[in-house]
Amino acid sequence: MAASAYDKLIFDLSSPGRVAWSMPEADVPASDARKLLPAQHLRRDAPELPEVSEFDVVRHYSRLSRMNYGLDTHFYPLGSCTMKYNPKLNEDMARLAGFGKLHPLAPEALSQGALQLMHELGAMLAEIAGMDAVSLQPAAGAQGELAGVLMIRAYHLSRGEKRTKVLVPDSAHGTNPASTAIAGYEVVEVKSLPNGEVDLDELARHLDTDVAAFMITVPNTLGMFEPRVVEITELCHARGAQVYMDGANLNAILGITRPGDLGFDVCHFNLHKTFTTPHGGGGPGAGPVGVKAHLEPFLPVPVVTKDGDSYALDWKRPKSIGKLQAFWGNFGMLVRAYTYIRTMGADGLRSVSDNAILNANYILKRLEKDYDVAVPGPCMHECVLSARRQKKLGVTATDIAKRLLDLGFYAPSTYFPLIVEEALMIEPTETEARETLDQFCDAMIQIAREAEQSPAVIHDAPVTTPVRRLDQTKAAREPNLRWTRRP
Amino acid sequence: MTSRYIANTAAEQRQMLAVIGAGGIEELLVRIPAKARLSRPLSLAPALAETDLIRHMKALAERNADADQNACFMGAGAYDHYIPSPINHLISRGEFFTAYTPYQPEASQGTLRTIYEYQTMIAELTGMDVANASIYDGASSLAEAALMAHAVTERNEVVLSRGVNPLYRRVAVTYCEGPGVRLRDAAVPDGVTDLAAAKKLVSSKTAALVVQSPNFYGCLEDIAAAAELAHAAGALLVVVADPVNLGVLEAPGRLGADLVVGEGQGLGVPMSFGGPNLGVFGAKKDLVRRMPGRLVGATVDRDGRRGFVLTLQTREQHIRRGKATSNICTNVALCALMATIYLATLGRRGLVRVGELSTAKAHYAAERLAQVPGVSLRFGAPFFKEFALKLPKAPERVVARLAKQGILAGVPLKTFDRALGDCLLVAVTEKRTKAEIDAFADALGKAVA
Repeated sequence: MAASAYDKLIFDLSSPGRVAWSMPEADVPASDARKLLPAQHLRRDAPELPEVSEFDVVRHYSRLSRMNYGLDTHFYPLGSCTMKYNPKLNEDMARLAGFGKLHPLAPEALSQGALQLMHELGAMLAEIAGMDAVSLQPAAGAQGELAGVLMIRAYHLSRGEKRTKVLVPDSAHGTNPASTAIAGYEVVEVKSLPNGEVDLDELARHLDTDVAAFMITVPNTLGMFEPRVVEITELCHARGAQVYMDGANLNAILGITRPGDLGFDVCHFNLHKTFTTPHGGGGPGAGPVGVKAHLEPFLPVPVVTKDGDSYALDWKRPKSIGKLQAFWGNFGMLVRAYTYIRTMGADGLRSVSDNAILNANYILKRLEKDYDVAVPGPCMHECVLSARRQKKLGVTATDIAKRLLDLGFYAPSTYFPLIVEEALMIEPTETEARETLDQFCDAMIQIAREAEQSPAVIHDAPVTTPVRRLDQTKAAREPNLRWTRRP
Repeated sequence: MTSRYIANTAAEQRQMLAVIGAGGIEELLVRIPAKARLSRPLSLAPALAETDLIRHMKALAERNADADQNACFMGAGAYDHYIPSPINHLISRGEFFTAYTPYQPEASQGTLRTIYEYQTMIAELTGMDVANASIYDGASSLAEAALMAHAVTERNEVVLSRGVNPLYRRVAVTYCEGPGVRLRDAAVPDGVTDLAAAKKLVSSKTAALVVQSPNFYGCLEDIAAAAELAHAAGALLVVVADPVNLGVLEAPGRLGADLVVGEGQGLGVPMSFGGPNLGVFGAKKDLVRRMPGRLVGATVDRDGRRGFVLTLQTREQHIRRGKATSNICTNVALCALMATIYLATLGRRGLVRVGELSTAKAHYAAERLAQVPGVSLRFGAPFFKEFALKLPKAPERVVARLAKQGILAGVPLKTFDRALGDCLLVAVTEKRTKAEIDAFADALGKAVA
């Protein structure tokens, strides 16, 4: 059956009396729960959930999966998201019973292997980033940012300074200002130079005594290394501000340079980007945060400590910013990242960045004639093109993205960074082979030709996907956010 | 350096560099100032081949007491529930597993449709009109709810029952620090919230009253009375609930909750030492535009066919930036998929069965364990699948001793509440057997004798 022909929800398959589960009969004497609990707490009607067979479940979700493009099936050049191959070995390791079926509150003496893994992973990430200490607790990059900004806040307050603003470039990821705002700061946007680099004069102008921190992404969101980054961190420090590095683009610099050596006080890691944990259709991720020694007292609790050969959770940290998750972090993701780093070693990680950079420059070179380039190369691990030339022909970045779907590729990030008109942000990662890059570039060049000669085929796209372009306005104006049984 | 995860050979690298017009990879790094370069290799443990690494990882894993080798009576926010086999097989399909946030809806209908199903199931269980696509975990869901209540009511205090999981409370404190939301504690004198005392704390400054049911001690709270109290002061009622219990327990939304949050780990997600988990978040319809997190909605395509998209995105950080309702971007979509497949598998009767078996076994266990000389139930209030036992010996010692017999006896409450230093929190899911419970009681008898 063609994927597009299957339009069912699991509720549509329901047939009263079918079961997909197997549980034993009650083996205890008083088994009627309804007599054990006061009536006021009992649910009046059973929840409206489907009644289906196990095979109904398996076929339904298998069919739905086929309506997705995933990294395992399609090139996924989604810029800033580092869609690299997710090794299968990681999955087997995360599912070992000693990790996957371990209760988070198991006594320390009975979870030494898990604590050791966390301690070692923290040390490895600290070495990779040139930081002094790492907390593995944040659940994703945005939560890592929140943790980092809260630590900066606590640091200033501990010195009797109540600074009120955080500076963020106009090219930043949306989470940067959002996390900063939740941490209680006023967000001030700093205009970048046309090439995406930090404008040092502009930065200096904003850096008054109310500024708590400057938050930047390195390499920046145009895929370029910030050439004056050391001057930037020195300038901020001279004005009493801390400097935060958004680690979304860490895949570009493994073993080449380290945030800590560049002068950053805090940086977060996206384990689901650089360290191969799967993206899962939107998560879970993991967003550990690394800090320099002066911020270490403020790390989230608990911190994994080592004493001789034994590991423990240290809760006695009076200056800590507190907790971010109920437990210790997205441990399942930590096992995967640990497995990956132990697989690659130092040379392997350096090779990751070298090949990520090589692949991105190869794409940039092959496409620079047919598309406008946001900033001339060489780039780091990703490149940003602009479809402004195509837009004059009536073909937008969205149109190009949709046409790519028909040609068998997921789309680059579009309209980001905001400072590039009709942006197409392409990140191939090191795990793609040259022939895949060539196929993608050929498709992009074909689309550039079509924009000139036969734009209708682009405007019609996509036609090979299970649905065609969707009405976003209707979705927002008449929200339909759940299924209901038709009367 | 060759790696099985990198395709480019040395020859291919040379060919690609020739196309680029660079003599070597170093030429691509010209923008990085020399003083910024790392002048040595990273100092990391040497790379391990697959078989050696597996050996190493197994050795680490074997130093942990897992719920396969032991009878797990631990709860306090993470539970050893039954996980049907199809879940792992289905979520492991690369089309789900290796996709990301469905920014291109036409190529992501599988993910979008499952999230729409998930939203429906969670809304149904919680009695809410809308549920979002997930928050990180129960604790951060509660924190987001507190901030949302603050934004909706423009009030600065949140009254939190002491019966809310103390770890969740700590996360709420972290999130409330920046916006300056003050948390006030409502006492739980005998296992349930003292609503008369809570009433004195709830005022025109209160954005929300938060109760958890069953609460941290396993006891059932009077949600309807809490709702009346909150609403009388113009505050929202936030209920922390575990959706796996809601086959048997009444939906908090039908008892007056405005927001329902909680931990969905019990819905087919492995315990995995506490993460990733599944933050559940549901709201009443009039609050939908203030919700944190992603929402999937149904719409139509150009040809009039039904399709699904991410919607109401103007709430979110990638559009609204510093003024977004939350900073969340990556969520826990795959855990939401596990929960969706779990709820499809269990269905209306299976989920009821899970709740009934857990309750029945928990009550049997409470009776058996309280018969051990010197041991008693700490609270008299009705409980669901978890209860606090008062022990005549230090709970930490008892736990360590029973662990040697393959029994993970529970969670000592000392670190959560000093006044309960002699108590052990015991959880019983449908997976526990009568034989395991009897063995637990026998071992406890010997340990405290």
